[in-house]
Amino acid sequence: MKSSVIVFPGSNCDRDIGVALEKMQFKNQMIWHKETKLPKSDLIVLPGGFSYGDYLRSGAIAGKSLIIDEVVKAANDGCLILGICNGFQILTETGLLKGTLLRNKNLKFINKDIQIKVINNKTKFSNKYKKNQVLKINIAHNEGNYFTDSKHLQDLKENNLIAFKYCDRKGSVNDQSNPNGSLENIAGIYNSNKNILGMMPHPERMVDELISNTDGINLFSSLLN
Amino acid sequence: MKITNQIIENHGLNASEFENIKKLLKRDPNLLELGIFSAMWNEHCSYKSSRLHLKKLYTKGKQVIQGPGENAGVIDIGDNDAIVFKIESHNHPSYIEPYQGAATGVGGILRDVFTMGARPIALLNSIHFGSPSHPKTKSLLNGVVSGIGGYGNCIGIPTVAGETKFDETYNENNLVNAMAVGLAKKDKIFYSKAKGINKSVVYVGSKTGRDGIHGASMASAEFDENTEDKKPTVQVGDPFTEKLLMEACLELMKDNSIISIQDMGAAGLTSSSVEMASKGSLGMELDLDKVPCREKNMTPYEMMLSESQERMLLILEDDKEKDAKKIFDKWDLDFMVIGKTTDTNNLTLKFNGKIEGEIPIEALATKAPIYDRKWIRKKISKNKINLKDLKKINMEEALVKILSSPNHSNKSWITNQYDQSVMCDTAQKSGSDAAIIRIHGKDKAIAVSVDSSANYCKSHPLTGGKQIVCENWRNLITAGAKPLAITNCLNFGNPENENIMGEFAECLEGIKEACEFLNYPVVSGNVSFYNGTNQKNINPTPVIGGVGLINKLSKPISHNFKKDKNVIILVGKTFGHLEQSCFLRENYKIFDGIPPDINLLNEKNNGENVLKLIQNKLILSSHDISDGGLILALCEMSISSSYGAIIKKPQKLTNLFKYFFGEDQGRYLLEVEPSNLTKVEKSLKDSNIYYENIGFTQKDYFEIEGELKINIKDLFKINNEWYNNY
Repeated sequence: MKSSVIVFPGSNCDRDIGVALEKMQFKNQMIWHKETKLPKSDLIVLPGGFSYGDYLRSGAIAGKSLIIDEVVKAANDGCLILGICNGFQILTETGLLKGTLLRNKNLKFINKDIQIKVINNKTKFSNKYKKNQVLKINIAHNEGNYFTDSKHLQDLKENNLIAFKYCDRKGSVNDQSNPNGSLENIAGIYNSNKNILGMMPHPERMVDELISNTDGINLFSSLLN
Repeated sequence: MKITNQIIENHGLNASEFENIKKLLKRDPNLLELGIFSAMWNEHCSYKSSRLHLKKLYTKGKQVIQGPGENAGVIDIGDNDAIVFKIESHNHPSYIEPYQGAATGVGGILRDVFTMGARPIALLNSIHFGSPSHPKTKSLLNGVVSGIGGYGNCIGIPTVAGETKFDETYNENNLVNAMAVGLAKKDKIFYSKAKGINKSVVYVGSKTGRDGIHGASMASAEFDENTEDKKPTVQVGDPFTEKLLMEACLELMKDNSIISIQDMGAAGLTSSSVEMASKGSLGMELDLDKVPCREKNMTPYEMMLSESQERMLLILEDDKEKDAKKIFDKWDLDFMVIGKTTDTNNLTLKFNGKIEGEIPIEALATKAPIYDRKWIRKKISKNKINLKDLKKINMEEALVKILSSPNHSNKSWITNQYDQSVMCDTAQKSGSDAAIIRIHGKDKAIAVSVDSSANYCKSHPLTGGKQIVCENWRNLITAGAKPLAITNCLNFGNPENENIMGEFAECLEGIKEACEFLNYPVVSGNVSFYNGTNQKNINPTPVIGGVGLINKLSKPISHNFKKDKNVIILVGKTFGHLEQSCFLRENYKIFDGIPPDINLLNEKNNGENVLKLIQNKLILSSHDISDGGLILALCEMSISSSYGAIIKKPQKLTNLFKYFFGEDQGRYLLEVEPSNLTKVEKSLKDSNIYYENIGFTQKDYFEIEGELKINIKDLFKINNEWYNNY
């Protein structure tokens, strides 16, 4: 499977996702943000980081960058798109995913291992997970507090477009297990065609037992399935 | 403009220093030249009060590739890999403007490391604040922590370890020390020494603005009631630009176009150009019209003294400019040839076609003043504390008091604001004795830790100096790493006061003695004097940052108890030294007495043997015993685990408080499986190490037989409340 990771000047999880993809046997290429053509890819990843410094709203400038037009085109042609952390923020800025990511409820950057629950395990990204499986995964963000209007929320629920929800170790989804104030504990969502996934947690950080755990591996092996 | 006495004083120079300048120039300086002298001759840049003492430090060893004197120290970790690291203070700016002060502290130390050709792989910090009840403490804490996080998180280097302490000695002077660690190829280290005549001097990075002018001079004086007015001398950080600069520099360093490189840190363009020229015994001519400026009508004086961040000075090989410029264009950074190296041995500054200043390089560098300041040895307190005279408390009360105190409370409120996991090589995070970072793509790893013990250093600077080196060494040992080398950040008060200078001299003696004995050399560092306000000086606070090597990384053992019914071994002798202990401070507000003695022989023997046991996989968890003594170390091992311990009462030392709260040095706690006990005991006996089997791990409770029994969930709660309620 061929993957492309878009590298913005302030991306800082680009190497990490590149390492994870290669470990999982993807044929990966790193694509610089000033490129105007994308190589043919089965998967495009928008990595975490601070794309253009994010002194303006996170992802706002990246959402207007040269390469992003190509990403939008590919997405509309059905290419798989994965936006992690800043990548999720960029996807909402481009309109490929609806809703927005507000500042964390406690107004602080949060980095820690938390739990998420697999809500929909029937997509290209999640078919190797069990439904309601609880994953231990790392988050690292200042703006991860997902918000959307009630109509879109209804749509997300009715069409099973919520990918992951924050939960506790036992899988309960409640206020205590919500690290950033996200609407209904949403940690990741799909677009209506389910070829685009945006998520705040970092699956690429969970592919190595020695460093963390391997709870992120099935996301990549789902894609290869 | 006539140089008046007032102008000289405003530049932080005294009359005799001004006379000296005139002698070196053989004429009066103009304002630009005076500004340059003031920038180079201040304490921060010239080390004029500390240099004589720093020379005595132990800086050698087979592992050392580059010792003090460069942008950072470099050590060998085998396979052509080198670790580049340094710690630096940003105390004064962080008190005036906590967010930007702390952020630019991180930015500055990162540049020191990537300037040498290393990709930064870890950040650490040591931050000290005043009493939590002081009205400024809360906002300083908030600002500093978010500044450190804001910079490191954005640039994408994990902040993996640190220490945070509170004491009223820092009420008017907080300390912010940042350490960066980078990875380089041993045969591809870059230095600041200029070579060759007529080589292009290139300015890269951000544009020069009017921020931070006289920052280094500000950091070379005490504070007073007008401190707030110094806000404009604090620089503003831009981590995004630093990220671009880092990537561009590392990209350029892949080929052979750089002769020398130096970051523009304190005293900006002045210190970088002088340092490069001085090290190469050359002159340098700068055409200031070419300096990329952020604002209009900037004067040569402003350009030379600005401390705008995220800038570098390079000297390039002939004909390499075009290729180099391409890389900086790619990263959208300024790239401008602003001058050349010369054989005049002068710093020559041109502006509008005229020479605006000309100073012999050596007058600014090697001929900068050196002071052999008066110092006196500390009078040692003779007061003996008799426990019988103190109000009786029970053990649980004393323990709870310490566990819930600001200095010993769980610090995840802070560490959760730092990205510790980016780069995916952090095998052990904050909250342990040391952090562990895997060398990317390899089996090996380094362990890193920062430590300080200002209370010990205050009461007995010589012992205190030894103690911090030893504590830092122990923290690397328990991570299973062989300690290799340290960097030190020496935070002290006013060196013109002979007591303060005495604290400095004696702490350094102690550091030297321990480093030499443990073969644990100092390879880089920084001195921060004048940490005082209105003649009130801070306690001497040398901070040690250490790096150790793990040859083959396996899952870190950490300090959490792993299972029940395992044996707990206490390595090292317990004498019950309570003076200067956290027990007396937290429970009785007693600050008197001397710190526990350091026995370097035992320290080395104990450490090396514990390391061997860990490397041979005979230990399930390990922890060093430091402030708070045995009981606190045991609690820390329980709190972070779901297992507690049951501890026997001591047979020899009958006073329980002395036994459990004493802060005797050179001690470790080890969790050992019963099946490995004979092997471990034999190994300890063979090496003549004193040890005791003090009890067992058990489920759910921390217990001292017949004295106290607490559920570890309650211990966790007690330990986690303070920050959330502050």
